[in-house]
Amino acid sequence: MKNIRLLKDSFFSKIFFTLTILSISTVILLGLGLYYKSIPILDSSSLSKLLFSSEWKPFKEAFGFYPFIMGTLWVTAISIVIALPLSMLTAIYLSEYAPNRIRKLVLPLIELLSGIPPVLFGVWGVLVIVPIIQDYLAPHFVEFTTGYSVLAGGIVLAIMIFPLIISILIEVFDNVPQELRDASLSLGATQWQTIKKVLLRKSVDGIVAATVLAISRAFGETIAVLMVCGNLAQVPNSIFDSGYPLPALIANNYGEMMSIPMYDSALMFAALLLFVIIFLFNAISRIILFRIEKRTN
Amino acid sequence: MRKIEENIFKGLMIFSTVLISSTLFMILYTIFSKGLGSLTWDMVSKIPEGGFYIGKGGGILNAIVGSLYITLGSTLLGLLVSIPIVIYINIYAKKNSFLANITRLSYDILFGIPSIVYGAFGFAIMVYMGLKTSLLAGIITVTLMIIPILVRAMDEAVRVVPEEMRNSVYSLGATRYETAKIILRQSIPGIVTAILLSFGRAIGDAACVLFTAGFTDSIPTSLDQPAATLPLSIFFQLSSPIEEVQNRAYAAAVVLTIVVLIISITAKIVSKNLSKNKI
Repeated sequence: MKNIRLLKDSFFSKIFFTLTILSISTVILLGLGLYYKSIPILDSSSLSKLLFSSEWKPFKEAFGFYPFIMGTLWVTAISIVIALPLSMLTAIYLSEYAPNRIRKLVLPLIELLSGIPPVLFGVWGVLVIVPIIQDYLAPHFVEFTTGYSVLAGGIVLAIMIFPLIISILIEVFDNVPQELRDASLSLGATQWQTIKKVLLRKSVDGIVAATVLAISRAFGETIAVLMVCGNLAQVPNSIFDSGYPLPALIANNYGEMMSIPMYDSALMFAALLLFVIIFLFNAISRIILFRIEKRTN
Repeated sequence: MRKIEENIFKGLMIFSTVLISSTLFMILYTIFSKGLGSLTWDMVSKIPEGGFYIGKGGGILNAIVGSLYITLGSTLLGLLVSIPIVIYINIYAKKNSFLANITRLSYDILFGIPSIVYGAFGFAIMVYMGLKTSLLAGIITVTLMIIPILVRAMDEAVRVVPEEMRNSVYSLGATRYETAKIILRQSIPGIVTAILLSFGRAIGDAACVLFTAGFTDSIPTSLDQPAATLPLSIFFQLSSPIEEVQNRAYAAAVVLTIVVLIISITAKIVSKNLSKNKI
């Protein structure tokens, strides 16, 4: 009887171990699979040409990703510029000033926001943000715009990344020891001075990690951005121009890519590009956050 | 002077907190006020009839059922893979061992990989295996995407089970496998929360199924048929120039919103029970 129990134990130990190892290798498999599919395009043109040429003519086998990379960068930059200050202020308020009942009221709302599917953000962007930009905002600055612009994409994305930044920042702030705050306050500093000189200074690495995670989240967001950005293969010159971010490019052309072999490979290369950048960003920020957690324990 | 600066910033903080909390309501308000009008019983009980995409009769039952199939299938498949992993890194592996840490790090990273990348990868596998766009391909791809969510959330739930409980189970002579069963039973609320979380992600995601599950007007009857999904049904109908079809997109958005809200709120209630059970 005892033997059967021990046998069962070691049997499952082996199975579980194998599964764990196999599943970690998904990370590597993802990269390898996408790389394998993008070999044809990497063979036929140079990496620098793929990244920095603006010529996008799939039927002539010219694949320059520069407009799409710039589209992604514009949208991401706008979303971070909007989301970071607002989320920082909210996170500081919730962790330092807000009474417990407000915290208990606001945090569930933010959590609910994080559960809303991207396509609904897209619908909302089309219904609200795009008309506002077209009718009220843009006429003050440019002559004509449809409202489908990198600004619309940036605003929608900003709302989508609020919950991510806020939840990480609150965790980071909570990890700053209370004694440090008390020491500063007892020296006669005001609460705001304590926040500036102690809390924020102690959390610099956490703030960096949260920002990098938010950037990588914004980088890969697809459907919502696809719906509001206008999708013109051009390098945007202002926030009211249309853009065509990389994920939108992949999603929009999935039907056509089967028929043209090089096109298929080009889109897989776009996915590989996203994967590599987001992998690196995520790895860096997760390691920073891991260290912070270790330091406080 | 010090007070003025503090008050300005405090004002800004309250402003941004209110702004961010109200975005949820703005989104819900827009979707409900636009979509409720077109939401009829036919919408949720019928599949598209001929001429559906030029404004004729029918509903989105195909998308609702397709989404449910994909979500249920991938959650089951995901649990089969992720429960053993969570048991391994929490019970079999030594505390803070290299393997456990590297597993957690990989899942943190996989969690951040966008669904469009999973979609492209799923498409590559699909072509490699000679599959067509189908329910099966959709389920496999969505499973890949939700395993990180399941592992991370369940890991969190299992980790809060007190060390003493584990030690007392061991001291009664239980093997690690038997201990795992007891620890898992103890973390059931956390596991349910994890399932609901991944359920919500799976049902709302469009980029994953775009390449792999395809789209169809009928309800799939086997794994190798394509399947429609709610987010894609919203997306496709919204890009139509015909107003009636667009209105249906808003109604479909209301359906998706209600489903997601129910899932999120249930998850919230269940996880509250979790913290009550803490010793």
